[in-house]
Amino acid sequence: METLWFCLVALMIAAYVVFDGFDLGAGIVQGWVARTAEERRTVIRTIGPVWDGNEVWLIAGGGTLFFAFPTLYAASFSGFYLPLMMVLWLLILRGCSIEFRDHIKNDAWRPFWDGVFQISSSVLAIVFGAALGNVIRGVAFDENGRFFSPLWVELGSVERAGILDPYTVTVGLTAFAALAMHGALWLAHKTLGPIAERARLAARGAWLGTTALTVVITLWTMRLQPLVPGNLAGRPWGAIFPALAVAGLVAVWFFNARRNTGKAFLASCAYLVGMLTSAAFGIYPYVLPSIHDPARGLTVAAAAAPESGLRIGLVWWSIGMTLATCYVIFVYRHFAGRVTAGSEEGGYGGA
Amino acid sequence: MDQALAVHRLHFAFTVTFHYLFPQLTMGLALLLVVLKTIALRNKDERYNHAARFWGKIFAINFAVGVVTGIPMEFQFGTNWSEFSKASGNVIGQSLAMEGVFSFFLESSFLGLFLFGEKRLGPVGHWLSAVLVFLGSWLSGFFIIVTDAFMQHPVGHEVLPGGVIALKSFWEFLLNPWALWQYWHNMNGALLTGCFVMAGVGAFYLITRQHEEQARLFVRVGVIVGAIASLIQLFPTGDGQGKMLAKHQPVTLAAMEGLFRTEEGAPIAIIGQPDVEKQRLDNPILIPRVLSFLTYQRWEARVQGLEEFPREDWPDNIEILYYAYHIMVGLGTFFIAILCGAAFLLWRRMLYGARWMLWILMLSVPFPYIANTAGWVTAEVGRQPWLIYGIMRTHEGYSTNVSAGNALFTLIGFMGMYTVLGILFLFLVRRELEHGPTPAASSVPPAPVRA
Repeated sequence: METLWFCLVALMIAAYVVFDGFDLGAGIVQGWVARTAEERRTVIRTIGPVWDGNEVWLIAGGGTLFFAFPTLYAASFSGFYLPLMMVLWLLILRGCSIEFRDHIKNDAWRPFWDGVFQISSSVLAIVFGAALGNVIRGVAFDENGRFFSPLWVELGSVERAGILDPYTVTVGLTAFAALAMHGALWLAHKTLGPIAERARLAARGAWLGTTALTVVITLWTMRLQPLVPGNLAGRPWGAIFPALAVAGLVAVWFFNARRNTGKAFLASCAYLVGMLTSAAFGIYPYVLPSIHDPARGLTVAAAAAPESGLRIGLVWWSIGMTLATCYVIFVYRHFAGRVTAGSEEGGYGGA
Repeated sequence: MDQALAVHRLHFAFTVTFHYLFPQLTMGLALLLVVLKTIALRNKDERYNHAARFWGKIFAINFAVGVVTGIPMEFQFGTNWSEFSKASGNVIGQSLAMEGVFSFFLESSFLGLFLFGEKRLGPVGHWLSAVLVFLGSWLSGFFIIVTDAFMQHPVGHEVLPGGVIALKSFWEFLLNPWALWQYWHNMNGALLTGCFVMAGVGAFYLITRQHEEQARLFVRVGVIVGAIASLIQLFPTGDGQGKMLAKHQPVTLAAMEGLFRTEEGAPIAIIGQPDVEKQRLDNPILIPRVLSFLTYQRWEARVQGLEEFPREDWPDNIEILYYAYHIMVGLGTFFIAILCGAAFLLWRRMLYGARWMLWILMLSVPFPYIANTAGWVTAEVGRQPWLIYGIMRTHEGYSTNVSAGNALFTLIGFMGMYTVLGILFLFLVRRELEHGPTPAASSVPPAPVRA
């Protein structure tokens, strides 16, 4: 039962990264892809009707984590207190930048919010990646199962695990490159003309960065976290997760070069899902490993809620997520098609 | 009080109070938008569609601020109240996750369609998207109330050895009788905010002689719905909530009423200042026996005073509790008077000319916000010193690994951030109000296009 919930929570987080990932990525690349205020408006309009729904995956995933693994939720959220608060502030600023940008059309207001949008999206991508890096590397649990991570440590220090250290920053940069690629492909798929063309080029550049960094963090993770090679040796079938990531990455290049942006975007989704599931598979049975004394690490079984609650949760969760999937499909079908400059209704043209 | 505990409490209190200024209007307006869209659809009256489009814009700005200030709320259970989360996450995490799964997906999906898809959806589809947005926002209110109701009156659970609280009965937890009264009272309060805002904006336009046709519509809808809601707020919802309190939290009721001594035929205090030190109410104006009657329907009924309860179970800030409760009740009474008065003038066809009443309506817009806030302060300060009533004390719940200094730092950060956000909100809403509900080019009924 706990392992089932571990998979479901990992799936919700992967869904969050795939969905909110493209609007974060759109924010990262908009400065390069869109040159004029009108072009930037087009970028915002491709995500306007859906970004808020994408962020719901964070709320729903967080809630699911909360009731399925209360101990993990409590220990990690309070332990990562400062960076999480900054994530919240960035999410607030970013939400404002998307929603408020087009209320006033003047040459100070819009560039200001465009800048907020780009900076907050970029920093969030790095911080989310660094958070994943912290989870993979593990944290310094005390004997009561609590920890409080400092924001950063001196370079090369292994004594105290900081939120930002060389490893986690590299994971953060990988996330930045991967989401930039993801967002650029989304824009290439949802727009026309020069924006789409520049987005395709941006995706190509981001692809190179993503590939190089993926190789680096894979090797580094194998050395840093012995759980990962251990799991791969013990359960060889788990190699399908990294294989999915690699296949996704290859397919992104292939389809992007052939201007098949829809398939390239889907391939990018596969890459992100492959990377995240590989990470989850790699640290199992831990949900948050301990950096010094492995026995203090938080395992799936220790972090999980009582069995009765997990059973109850499974019933409503299955019903609720089925319904939610229907709404999401309906909305994306409704807003399918490319955004053209000057069209009405949030910019979705076509019939 | 422990300094870290005080800061963590203030952290949650500040962020949730600011946050709830927005959802109350979201939920109130969501219902009013359904009313407008329904009238437009039934009577084929384009003026109501036009009004819905104008209020949709205000709704969107308000909704955005509600969303961005709402995300920190869920996170704070883990960041600032980790001991509480660890113990009760399996129970309250369920209702919080259900809010995301059942209501936010619904609300966010169809709000996008409501705001951006009127032409493509056609009149019936657009009406339906308004209904679904309403459903989503009112469901989210329900799950939050269920969460709070568990803290006020825990049911459907089992405390395991080691202090972990496990969920035993899903339906008992979800259909907590406390939650049902609180939900109705709270949602009706949110509706009052929506009605006052709509009527207040209409009154402003009438006073300044702009957009008068739309303004009369706003005032009409706001006053009629508001008059009904103001009565429901007192009876049965306020009354039902009070009886829940008498049954399950008698010490809170005594503190709210400033009743230090147990009395048969207890009076109700209209005015007075609680002096906790001397355990009495200073300068009171009392109406004899009313409290007994309201609580137990008997004029001579015995109502327990604070003296009957151990001091450590008294709410830890009786003054705030007493004032908040009296402000809420006083404003509720005021709402009945002015909304029913305005409804009477409307019926006599005198309202639009009665400038004094329009002035009152316009200036009353802040009051439902104050009343709703005071109501929540009453509920949550009244729950003290418990975090989960009877199970966990508030001082047992906060994150001991987050120091007072760190919590104070982020609290100040939120204060700064929310000040800017509040200014931004008012600035943008003011622009929409200045622009007003001027008929757009698309005021001709749009031809339904198949999506």
